[in-house]
Amino acid sequence: MKILVAVKRTIDAYVKVRVRSDNTGVDLANLKMAMNPFCEIAVEEAVRLKEKGLATEVIAVTIGSDKAQEQLREAMALGADRSIHIQAGDELEPLNIAKLLKAVVLKEQPSLVLLGKQSIDSDNNQVGQMLAALCDMPQATFASRVELSSDKVVVSREVDGGEQVLSLQLPSVVTTDLRLNEPRFKKLPEIMKARKKPIEVVTPAQLGVEIKSHLTVVSVIDPPPRKAGVIVKTAAELVDKLRNEAKVIA
Amino acid sequence: MKALVIAEHDNQKLKAATRALVTAALQTADQVDVLVAGSACGAVVTAATRIAGVSSVRFADHDSLGHPLAEALAALVLTISAEYEFILAAATTTGKSFLPRVAALLDVAQISEITAVVDRSTFVRPIYAGSALATIRSSDTIKIMTVRTSAFAEATDAAVAAPVAALEFKPLAGKATFVSENLATSSRPDLAAARVVISGGRGLGSAENFRLLDKLADKLGAGIGASRAAVDSGYAPNDMQIGQTGKVVAPDLYIAIGISGAIQHLAGMKDSKVIVAINKDAEAPIFQVADYGLVADLFTALQEMEALL
Ligand SMILES: Cc1cc2nc3c(=O)[nH]c(=O)nc-3n(C[C@H](O)[C@H](O)[C@H](O)COP(=O)(O)OP(=O)(O)OC[C@H]3O[C@@H](n4cnc5c(N)ncnc54)[C@H](O)[C@@H]3O)c2cc1C
Repeated sequence: MKILVAVKRTIDAYVKVRVRSDNTGVDLANLKMAMNPFCEIAVEEAVRLKEKGLATEVIAVTIGSDKAQEQLREAMALGADRSIHIQAGDELEPLNIAKLLKAVVLKEQPSLVLLGKQSIDSDNNQVGQMLAALCDMPQATFASRVELSSDKVVVSREVDGGEQVLSLQLPSVVTTDLRLNEPRFKKLPEIMKARKKPIEVVTPAQLGVEIKSHLTVVSVIDPPPRKAGVIVKTAAELVDKLRNEAKVIA
Repeated sequence: MKALVIAEHDNQKLKAATRALVTAALQTADQVDVLVAGSACGAVVTAATRIAGVSSVRFADHDSLGHPLAEALAALVLTISAEYEFILAAATTTGKSFLPRVAALLDVAQISEITAVVDRSTFVRPIYAGSALATIRSSDTIKIMTVRTSAFAEATDAAVAAPVAALEFKPLAGKATFVSENLATSSRPDLAAARVVISGGRGLGSAENFRLLDKLADKLGAGIGASRAAVDSGYAPNDMQIGQTGKVVAPDLYIAIGISGAIQHLAGMKDSKVIVAINKDAEAPIFQVADYGLVADLFTALQEMEALL
């Protein structure tokens, strides 16, 4: 059984971003980049399923500039067997990403596609669901537990009210939430081994996908600042301010 | 210009998020219809007909929609999508799951979690955990979007009820099946609707200590939230997580207790009207967004506040 995992190169989760002064976007120059944390969880899950003997091969795929190959190497250091790099811009719309991934799904015929539930840059939370719809595969988003067997996958999902369990026929699409697993620490021998694992490079044209733009970014601005607050000295002063100044408690 | 709003509900009650969706929809279209998909959801349909500004309520009532799967909701919406220029759902785990499917099958973009409508094709949404606000223009003929409902006022009730029409729903041959659900039952207000939210972080130290927030919440009629660290450490269930990857709230009063204020947490609460931070570390970033900060041991502060309320 093959598992396909989609990974994205994003800014490191703990780096502060700044809006560009011309308001065309955020300034990513010289900032630390990494694999999107949710994608890393997806790779880890796929590798664990392989280690349990439930899958035979883990393939990582990314869409982006050549730099994104660094994240494919990371995925292979975590244990993915080989990678596919779809050469394209770094900021494709989710629908285009889903179409490119569909082309890879048709070619590779994985039983399970794992993706992060969202990327921490554009925060769209769309690609897995779009891919599932385009491939007519069942989906389970926001997975916190994945139990794979030969013909189905049972997924616990984090939903607003608590937890929900779905059973999906394979092939299917699962997107990961934070509590699915904790990705392993990448060890040097694995990082060395990953350098020798193959990366196949393809273009959208070779996959027969036409990239279409549906959205334009008009501007990107800083969120409005909050007005400066005050530091109170005691709990009594706090309660008094909330009651008599802010008037938010009785 | 017609908009379709997909109602948020639990088959018994219409959720307030639906009212915020109607407000957002009325900023784009002249005519707003509400779709209620559920099972034995008559009371929800009735409540939806009363929302001011709603032209009609369409509903599909079917056993299999009691726990609607994304596949089924998307298929249902697609049976009527051609009638609409705008389709809006709440940015809840339900809306986030089914709406991208609708967009993909219509070959149009989805605009996620909008916080403002600029004009009929231009919308504002936060990116990078709310570190920036992007204004996005869509060139699609159908605009599909999820809405951050805390950013829109709730539409009130009108004197006259809107007409109702039933939709036919054929269940799909299920490649996905619902197995079970374990929903939190709480007598506290829903986080999305609570006027006051008290959130606890890693500073609480244990699940047992986390319960100390209950007393204060009882006194203030508050909902209880948590940071990711508190959830990951097992102090609180996942449905309480507030932030970039949890829930987004904007209550009148948000009290952060033992929370450092990481950007991912701020993403879920920094639009609250009044923010209070209680933390023993004067340098904690949460104080940068707090209207009132108290640098103190949280256990002492909790006791003192309880005594005063
Ligand atoms: C991809 C990703 C997504 C994330 N999503 C979210 C999200 O949705 N929501 C979220 O909250 N986080 C999220 N995080 C995690 C976030 O980065 C922080 O790690 C987390 O918010 C920290 O939680 P905390 O403030 O409770 O813990 P800490 O940062 O450990 O802070 C604990 C605070 O408690 C204070 N404290 C300790 N003891 C006391 C005491 N006795 N009295 C008073 N104060 C005390 C300390 O001074 C400290 O400031 C995400 C991270 C990533 C990478």
